[in-house]
Amino acid sequence: MTEERENVGIVIVSHSPLVAKGAADMVRQMVGDSVPLAWCGGNPAGGLGTDTGAILKAIEEAWSEAGVAVFVDLGGAETNSEMAIEMIGKGRAARIIICNAPIVEGAVIAAAEASGGASLAKVVATAQELSPS
Amino acid sequence: MIVVRDPRPALNPSALMGRVIVACRDAIVAQEAYLSDLDRAIGDGDHGINMRRGLDALAAEQHRLAGMPLSEAMSAAGTILVMSIGGAAGPLYGTLLLEIGKGLAANPSAGIAEVFQQAVVAVARRGKSAPGEKTLLDVLYPISDELMNNTRLPLLAGKIQGFADMTIDMKAMRGRASFLGARSVGHMDPGAASCALLCAAICRELAEADVA
Repeated sequence: MTEERENVGIVIVSHSPLVAKGAADMVRQMVGDSVPLAWCGGNPAGGLGTDTGAILKAIEEAWSEAGVAVFVDLGGAETNSEMAIEMIGKGRAARIIICNAPIVEGAVIAAAEASGGASLAKVVATAQELSPS
Repeated sequence: MIVVRDPRPALNPSALMGRVIVACRDAIVAQEAYLSDLDRAIGDGDHGINMRRGLDALAAEQHRLAGMPLSEAMSAAGTILVMSIGGAAGPLYGTLLLEIGKGLAANPSAGIAEVFQQAVVAVARRGKSAPGEKTLLDVLYPISDELMNNTRLPLLAGKIQGFADMTIDMKAMRGRASFLGARSVGHMDPGAASCALLCAAICRELAEADVA
């Protein structure tokens, strides 16, 4: 592992492992190993869906003391991610943010921002600029 | 299925716990295809199989759960559902049970109606939803109200399906069904349907055991 652990981590959670992996590949192409990155997709039985346990594991994998930005696709991915963040414990939960941004574009832009050493708040804000609210 | 009526006084709590879990599993297994059909109409079609996976996981752990104090058993059951269902239903049902467990632990003398009401509010928060938006909350809130009014369990069991039926005319505001907008009207919400099946099964088992 050669990741620079000061950089914010990125987690990608999709209902589909192919989508999650594909988005993660695009992030890697952009930032290499400079950003901690993990993805998960699919339900506990391997079908389309999301898996709180897998999300917990992905957050652990991409953990950075600077925090983690999570990108999700549809509703269940968000709800399961929120559940995972609650289960990970208060100390770290405060440093994990689910971004309101498109999963692919959001993750790539966030990773680019993170690779420059930006704070979690800045990384999240940059990704969320993609979603007019 | 043979229904065994136990001699009074009522069953010991751990036997009852196992019995409630099995009743919930049976209720879901019997309607698995129906739940997925409902979900296919307005969602992604996996609610039956997801709930089946959750209840199978719960049933597999029934002996461990039955050996725990009630508050711990509810929390452990909630975690099992979160980890096994694999859709938004996981965190929603999981939160319900986790919060009931938390409520019982925090205030052992609290009535079930009060604990249930707080847990339902936590589910609404988890789902960022409210009653009237075509979700399982449209079953949980009326049940909570009935419990607050001290409705007897056999009577409540008979009312629960009616709560789920009310979601047919609602327009979905949350979840995948909300993408359909007005086209979601005319279909029962699958989450409300599974919630009604589970809650009615629990009420019947508890009534059978003469708990309330």
